[in-house]
Amino acid sequence: MTALTPEVRPSVLSSVRHARIGPWLFVAAVAAVVFAFIGPAQFMNALTLGAIYALVALGYTMVYGIIELINFAHGDVFMVGAFTSMFVLTNALGQKSPEHDIVRLIFLIVAAMLITMVVMGVLGVLIERFAYRPLRNAPRLAPLITAIGVSYILQNAIQILFGPSPVTSPQLIEPTARVNIMGQEVSWLRIFIILSSIGLMIALQVFVNRTKLGRAMRSTAQDREAAQLMGVDINRTIAATFFIGSALAGAAGVINGLYFGNIQFDLGFQAGLKAFTAAVLGGIGNITGAALGGFIIGFVEVMAGSFGFFVWAQAFVFAVLIITLVFRPAGLFGQQIGERA
Amino acid sequence: MTTVQDLPNRQITPRPVRFARAREFLRTHRSLSVIVGMALFAAALPVIVLLPPFSGFSGQAVWLDGFTIAGIYVLLALGLNIVVGLSGLLDLGYAAFFAIGSYTFAFAAAPFTHNDFPFWPMLLVGAVMAAVFGVLLGAPTLRLRGDYLAIVTLGFGEIVPIVFLNASKYTDGPNGIGGISPPKVLDYIFPTTGNPWPYYLVMAGLIAFSMILIYRLEESRLGRAWMAIREDELAAASNGVNTVTTKLLAFALGASTAGLAGVFSASKLTLVSPNLFRFDVSFTVLAMVVLGGMGNTWGVAVGAFVIFMIQNVVLKQLNLFFDSVQVPILSDINFIQYQFLLYGIALVAMMLLRPEGLFPSRRRRRELHTEEDPSFAESGDPLGAAPE
Repeated sequence: MTALTPEVRPSVLSSVRHARIGPWLFVAAVAAVVFAFIGPAQFMNALTLGAIYALVALGYTMVYGIIELINFAHGDVFMVGAFTSMFVLTNALGQKSPEHDIVRLIFLIVAAMLITMVVMGVLGVLIERFAYRPLRNAPRLAPLITAIGVSYILQNAIQILFGPSPVTSPQLIEPTARVNIMGQEVSWLRIFIILSSIGLMIALQVFVNRTKLGRAMRSTAQDREAAQLMGVDINRTIAATFFIGSALAGAAGVINGLYFGNIQFDLGFQAGLKAFTAAVLGGIGNITGAALGGFIIGFVEVMAGSFGFFVWAQAFVFAVLIITLVFRPAGLFGQQIGERA
Repeated sequence: MTTVQDLPNRQITPRPVRFARAREFLRTHRSLSVIVGMALFAAALPVIVLLPPFSGFSGQAVWLDGFTIAGIYVLLALGLNIVVGLSGLLDLGYAAFFAIGSYTFAFAAAPFTHNDFPFWPMLLVGAVMAAVFGVLLGAPTLRLRGDYLAIVTLGFGEIVPIVFLNASKYTDGPNGIGGISPPKVLDYIFPTTGNPWPYYLVMAGLIAFSMILIYRLEESRLGRAWMAIREDELAAASNGVNTVTTKLLAFALGASTAGLAGVFSASKLTLVSPNLFRFDVSFTVLAMVVLGGMGNTWGVAVGAFVIFMIQNVVLKQLNLFFDSVQVPILSDINFIQYQFLLYGIALVAMMLLRPEGLFPSRRRRRELHTEEDPSFAESGDPLGAAPE
C-alpha cells in the first residue's frame, strides 16, 4: 500500500504538529509567567533545583517505563551518590575547599562525576539483580516492598558509615564566583549545574533514540515478550536501564553536593519523592516528560518559597500534581506511549 | 454436547484438604470463629511472654503494652487491606487517615483545645472523619489508575502531616498535642502507664470487631464488587458494578479503620505529633499487607503482627540475645545501630522467599497459579495498564 502512494514531503505545519509542541509551549508559557513573577535570580535558583530533580526523575521514569516498578530505592541511590562523590573528593583526592585553578577544577569535577556515576551504575545493577529480578513475574507489589527494603538498607548503611548528622561536601566551584550575563549576576556554579544536567539529558535522549541498546530499551518497554522474540536480551537491557538511571542519579548526587555543600543520610527520600512526582507529572515512562516535570517542580517550589510559603512548598508541589492529573490523568506527555523508554 | 466430565484432561482432582470439616465450620461461622480465635490469641499472648525466652527480655506489662501498639498496626493493616488487597487500589499515603483519626481525638479531648469529649463516641467520630477524608481523596482520583493513584495518595500522605505541622495555631506544630485524656468506663479511668490490661483488652475487642465487619463486607455484594474491580475494572463496570461508589466506599471504609486506630493510638500514647504519621508508617503498613498476603484478612493481621514484632522486638533484643548466648563476635556488635539495615534485609528476604505473602488469599492464589504463562501474571493485574 505504501509503495503505491507517492512520497509526500511533510509540510512545515504537519512536522510542527508531529513534534507535539503543545506541552512545550505550555512549559514555556509557565516559565515566562514565573520569570515575570519571581525575577531572574530566583528563576536561576528554580532552574538549578529543577535540574537536580530532573536528573533523578529520569532514573525513575526509565525504570518505570521498562519494568513498571516504582523504584523507591532510587532516591537513596541519589543520596549514596552524593556521599560517594564527597568521599572521592575529600578522602581520595584530598580536596576540601573551592578550587581556583581551572584545569584542576575540571579534572576534579570530571573525576568525581565519572567515579560516582560508574559506582552508582554498578549499585543500581546489583539492586536490580538481587532485589527485583527474582520477582519479575511475582505479584506487582512484591518488588515494591523489596524496593522499600533496599531503601532502608542504603539509608542505614550510609548512616552507619558517615554518621547521622549532616556531612560537609566540598563546594569545588566557589559559590560566590559570578559572571555578568545581560546585566544580571549569575553564579558559575548554577551555570555549570544547568548546563551539565541539560547535557546529560541530551546525551540520554540521543542514546535512547539512536543506539542499538537504546532501541532495545524502547522495544522492551513497549512489549517485553515481542522484544525477546526479536532477539533482545531482556536481562541485559533491563540491567543497562538500571545502570544508566542510577548513574544519572549519581550525577545528580555529585551536583547536589556541589550546590548545597552539605549532605545527610536521609536526603534521598524527599528528593526521590519530588523526582518521582516530576516523573509522574511529565507522564511516567516518558523521558522528556520527566525532565520537564523536574523543572516544573523546581519552579513550583521556588515560587512557593519566594511568596513566603516556604514551609508549604511540599504541599504546593503535590497540589500541582493532583490538579494536573485531574485534567490530564496520564501526565503532561502521557499520550506518547510509543516513545517511552 | 460435551460436559466438563467428558473432557478427561480438564478433570481436576481436588487436593485433599486437611481438617475439611473444621475448615467448613470456621468458614460458615466466621464471626464466631473470629471471636473465639481472637479470645484464644489474646489469652495466649500474656501467658507466652511469661515463659523463659521471652520473659528474659522484659516484664509482662511491657510486653502487653507492646502488643497493644502492635494491635494498632494490625488495625491499620486490616483497613489498608480493604483498599489495596480487596479493591486493588494502591494507596501509599494511608498514614494520613491514621493522622486524621488521631488528631480528631486530640482536638476533642486535650487541654490544648479545652475540650473533653468521651473516648467511646469519639471512636465513631474519628472513624467517620477519616472516612470523609477518604472520600475527599478518592473523588478526584477516580479516573487515575495504578501508579498514578499511588503517587497522588503518597502526596496526600505527605501533605496531611505538613498541614498538622504548619497549622501550629490549631495543632501546636511540631510539639504536637499532649495530655489527651484516657477512656473511661463508668468511673474507672484507664491507666496509661502501669496496668496495661484495659487498653490491651479494648484493642483485642476492636480487632475482633473490625475483622468481623471486614469478613462480612468481603462476602457481601460490595466485597465481590471490590474484587471484580481489582481483577478487571472494565469488565466489572460492564457487569453493572457502579465503579464510582464502589471505589469511594473502599476508600471510605479503609480510611475509617485507620481513623479508629488513630483515635485509639492518640488515647493510648496520650500524645499526637506530626512526625508520628510520616511516610514510613504508610510503607510499613503496606509491607504488612503485602507480606501477610494481600486480600486475606486474617493473613494480613498475622503479617502485621509478625512485622511489628520483627521491627520492634526481635531487632531490638538481638543485643540481649547474643549477650546471653555469649557468641564471641556477635555479642560485641551493637545491633541497635543496624536495626533498619536488618529490617530492610528482612523485608527483601521475606519478599524473595514468599512473593505472594505468607498467607495468600485462596482466590488470589488460584489466579496466580492456574496459568503458568508469565504474561498472564502481569496482565492479570488491571493496574498494570496505563490509562488510555
